[in-house]
Amino acid sequence: MEFIMPLFIAVVAVFGLIKKVPLFDAFVAGAKDGIRILVKIAPTIVGLIVAVDMLKASGFTDMICQTVTPLADWLGFPKEIVPMVLLRPISGGGSTALLTNIYKDFGPDSFAGKVASVLAGSTETTFYAIAVYFGSVKVKKTRHTLIAALSADLTAAITAVLSVRLFLN
Amino acid sequence: MLNYIFGAIIILSVVFGIVTGNGSRLADSVIDGAKESVSLLTTMAGMMLLWSGIMEIASRGGFTKVIGKALSPVLNKLFKNVKKDSKALNYISMNVSANLLGLGNAATPFGLSAMSELHKLNNNDEKASDDMVTFVVMNTASIQIMPTMVGTLRQSYGSAAPFDILPCVWISSACALAVGLTLSKLLRR
Repeated sequence: MEFIMPLFIAVVAVFGLIKKVPLFDAFVAGAKDGIRILVKIAPTIVGLIVAVDMLKASGFTDMICQTVTPLADWLGFPKEIVPMVLLRPISGGGSTALLTNIYKDFGPDSFAGKVASVLAGSTETTFYAIAVYFGSVKVKKTRHTLIAALSADLTAAITAVLSVRLFLN
Repeated sequence: MLNYIFGAIIILSVVFGIVTGNGSRLADSVIDGAKESVSLLTTMAGMMLLWSGIMEIASRGGFTKVIGKALSPVLNKLFKNVKKDSKALNYISMNVSANLLGLGNAATPFGLSAMSELHKLNNNDEKASDDMVTFVVMNTASIQIMPTMVGTLRQSYGSAAPFDILPCVWISSACALAVGLTLSKLLRR
């Protein structure tokens, strides 16, 4: 898996050359967009990381973790990522803040770190997507969208644990 | 939404922290959190710039169209009320392929156009059509091939193999998407 990143870049470069894309010009233009995105998300990240750090320092997340420990243990679910599972569909920035917290406390290569990574990579900010897409056409009755989307999120949480246990431990 | 969450988190942690005697830890966390968030942004910056540049090459070369073509048989099956080669299906396929490539900023405008086409097909009803539900559910699931953000974050926290999670991400995304799509079909009435 370690070669996948450079390999993907090479494939894109070859593809660009075949399609006669001015490689470097396109790269620079894209990278400019990248810095714009970074500047755009910076205030969100700072605000939410501070908020999540405060919540952790206050001992509140520990209490939540302890409350769900029996259930999480019974399910074989790492209790450290329960807060992230709950926040993930609601706030992208907030769950990123929790993700970095897990990396800091347990390391990115720990079991919890890996499960949290898979979860972050295989889910989206569900409520945001529903609000943006249905809001854009002013549709108010979204019928079974939410239940289907949240079931998908729950599935991702379960398969994240199972797949990491099967393939990475 | 986020306004309330943000407010609730802050008030909750200050009250809870003081009551449980974690006041000094709480004070430290404010300063450390702010410092840490900026150092995180700087470690992420390089990869974000690099990746946006690479993906721009891909999208200028028409990578999304290539993927869109490959996807059209599947999408035709999923969206039965949408005609082949219609505007709606075209936007849907552009949205899906941009999502696959992790081009979130490109995917959203395509997705909004797709929604407005689906809305027309639904006679501008304020109740969502089956196809709209299916489409939005697809967009609430992540179908990204390369979760670069997660990889970058893992790397910046010292992971030995930041992308070793890829197969698990693919499996997990596929299962979540399958459940989402199945339910969006089964729960129709």
